[in-house]
Amino acid sequence: MALLSVRDLSVAFRGREVVRGVSFEVQPGETLALVGESGSGKSVTALSCLRLLSSAGSNPAGSITLDGISVLDADDRQLRDLRGGVAGMVFQEPMTSLNPLHTIERQIAEAITLHRPLSGPALRARVIELLRLAGFPQAEERLSAYPHQLSGGQRQRVMIAGALANDPKLLIADEPTTALDVTIQAQILELLASLKQRLGMAMLLITHDLSIVRRHADHVVVMKDGNAVEQGKVAEVFAAPKHDYTRMLLATEPRGAPAPIPADAAPTLEARDIRVHFPIRRGLLRRVVAEVKAVNGVSLSLRAGETLGLVGESGSGKTTLGLALLRMADSQGSIVFAGQDLQALSTRALRPWRRRMQIVFQDPFGALSPRLSVAEIIGEGLEVHEASLPRAERLARVAEALREVGLDPAMVERYPHEFSGGQRQRIAIARAMVLKPSLVVLDEPTSALDVSVQAQVVDLLRDLQARHGLAYVFISHDLRVVRAMAHRIAVLKDGLVVEEGEAAALVQAPKQAYTRQLMAAAFDLTSNEKATNLH
Amino acid sequence: MTLSPLTQRRLANFRANKRGYWSLIIFGVLFFITLFAEFLANDRPIIARIDGRWYAPVLVDYAESDIFEDGLPTLADWHDRGFREEIEAKGATLIWPLIPYSYRSVVRDLGRPAPAPPSARNWLGTDDQARDVLARVIYGFRISVLFGFTLTIISSVIGIAAGAVQGFYGGTTDLLFQRFIEIWSGMPQLFLLIILASVIEPSFWVLLIFLLLFSWMNLTGVVRAEFLRGRNFDYVRAAKALGVSDARIMQRHILPNAMVATLTFLPFILSGSVTVLASLDFLGFGLPPGSPSLGELVNQGKNNLTAPWLALTSFFVLGGMLTLLIFVGEAVRDAFDPRKLPGGQG
Repeated sequence: MALLSVRDLSVAFRGREVVRGVSFEVQPGETLALVGESGSGKSVTALSCLRLLSSAGSNPAGSITLDGISVLDADDRQLRDLRGGVAGMVFQEPMTSLNPLHTIERQIAEAITLHRPLSGPALRARVIELLRLAGFPQAEERLSAYPHQLSGGQRQRVMIAGALANDPKLLIADEPTTALDVTIQAQILELLASLKQRLGMAMLLITHDLSIVRRHADHVVVMKDGNAVEQGKVAEVFAAPKHDYTRMLLATEPRGAPAPIPADAAPTLEARDIRVHFPIRRGLLRRVVAEVKAVNGVSLSLRAGETLGLVGESGSGKTTLGLALLRMADSQGSIVFAGQDLQALSTRALRPWRRRMQIVFQDPFGALSPRLSVAEIIGEGLEVHEASLPRAERLARVAEALREVGLDPAMVERYPHEFSGGQRQRIAIARAMVLKPSLVVLDEPTSALDVSVQAQVVDLLRDLQARHGLAYVFISHDLRVVRAMAHRIAVLKDGLVVEEGEAAALVQAPKQAYTRQLMAAAFDLTSNEKATNLH
Repeated sequence: MTLSPLTQRRLANFRANKRGYWSLIIFGVLFFITLFAEFLANDRPIIARIDGRWYAPVLVDYAESDIFEDGLPTLADWHDRGFREEIEAKGATLIWPLIPYSYRSVVRDLGRPAPAPPSARNWLGTDDQARDVLARVIYGFRISVLFGFTLTIISSVIGIAAGAVQGFYGGTTDLLFQRFIEIWSGMPQLFLLIILASVIEPSFWVLLIFLLLFSWMNLTGVVRAEFLRGRNFDYVRAAKALGVSDARIMQRHILPNAMVATLTFLPFILSGSVTVLASLDFLGFGLPPGSPSLGELVNQGKNNLTAPWLALTSFFVLGGMLTLLIFVGEAVRDAFDPRKLPGGQG
């Protein structure tokens, strides 16, 4: 008998259906992956399995049977037994899923005592056992640690330990690794796989990352716009996808290489020995006792039409470096942009230079002011730098910029919330491009986007570069995207450049141990994928 | 003008809170009516036609000599029996306001010592100086609300500007400003006011400016927090990267976010301002003697416990007004609550 059986499930928010008639089964000891892009309804489907939807959501149709109990008809008492007892849950964001006010011991202990009467030394022993099970280092010594004292990976291990507290038969993992660095992602996935084997759990894995599905799931359900468009055994679906959408998902990894740099390209940016230090102040007199060296002496140069990929895990200083290059963060060292030393300019004197260096941020939802129309957002730079431009002409320039990034100029009067993530990122790019800059810092421009959109944005950026001879600083943790974008790559770790070189050479034959480790975590999964794609 | 979907949802949320919605309507109607208090409660006719000529005593101060040749050059007292007999002899048509008393007119021929209980002439009775209570309540309501509105609006503008500067620049600016506010808010307001009252007679504007000195700090905290948060938004950084000036970034990109918290606070600040004025009047440090004020009416109620209509009127008027404002405030809070769904679910 199936452990979890979902039949014709629908989920509606305020009467709007977001999931329509989804059915699947999870057998004991098996991993089922729900795959789909954002908005496909995979998370709400999983939340419905424990009836964890917010009050605005409802399940107008369908049935869910978990361990023989009909979830949608269960009373509160039965639900409590199911939640955390029969099924444990691991969420995406380990920072916000843990209570910042409680020690990790208390949080895990709470998960245990809700379901069984343990206390005192027995409880503590169980907590330590669970933390060990989750691969948490030095579990005994760190029981009294608070979430903010732990790294992202450690926090996720605490979450997993809590989910395992009552030997669940099913583990629901909602994007368990998305918020983590690549090397940590690999470790957490290994951990989940080994736990599943050792404890004989079934797992419902929600993810948008196909390489994770390939490696860790037995069955897969592909979701799109609330429908399950395809399901079956992982090997079969990947080898012979039946639905167009699945085929598209499998084929959309960013590919190709950037256009070659013209031989006579002029140098655009020359940065020497950039340092960004944040002082740590202590005591009554706020004396500087130490410094966080976010960027610790980085030199780089960039020519017109060239892309420099800045790669590193979170905390490596890559974003801070990007901001420092545009003088949006205070730094030491020299930055020469188009023959002008930027560090010597005052904030006011710098303003005219701003139009020639632009930035595109990671989160397309945060980067656009929700209260301004597209015309206002894109036109703002023109208002500042070409204040004398008549309104009609400004709108014409905005329309031209929209056309350039592949959007319909008729959309100018709309507001950001009416656009999808990919369209919003295009608007953010248009905002930078309308000023005709010569340098653009791209701070993870693709990592908040769905895979199918990522490839389109990469194509767009390469196209714009070739057309206008732009110099890019491309910041990313995703090596697959960087490989498709960059001419040269610099690997950052703890504010220092560990290795720098031509993109192809660096990916093929990394010299440093750290670079090799990064490549292994990123391309280990992809190399398998290539093998399957050959079928 | 088309409303954005967000505004539409907020309006729907506001209307969904029936209590707040009706409170706003009732309050609005009352306030609108009291704005025309002179036409509603006055000791002179609205329009008079005497001897074939038109007069508008509500708008113009007529001397008796303006009305008949042999009159004295003193202000006409339209309640005066001799004056009435004289104009009636000339064939006068007078249109009186609903309540023929102003806030300062003393009711003569009361027939009993003041305060007089409610009667057909004085619907809510008179106070201990024989002035009509209803007329005083109408004028008092108007001055309370106007004072509250003015104080709220000006102190919000100052408070938002101060909070914005602190939050946006942060660092030393923020630190110095914060310490200043801490010291400033430690000033003993009431003592200062007593000292002030002993030097000059506090008028409407003097009181307003004095209270402004302290009330602007109400909103700075909230606005500062919003700006501290907002200055790190990606779209704010993007605007900086575009070279947009600081003032413009604050006004165009961050202020709209801070407005949600501000607007939610506004009705409560307004009711707070009304209470402050009433309590100062009650203590005798408020508006000059003789002004129509609800606080003074409360004080009269306390001094004349044998005349319960004074205490009851002041209680119901003040209580009713503050309740209406709080209900409106709750509805506004609902309207800006992002988790609230129209129709009262969730």
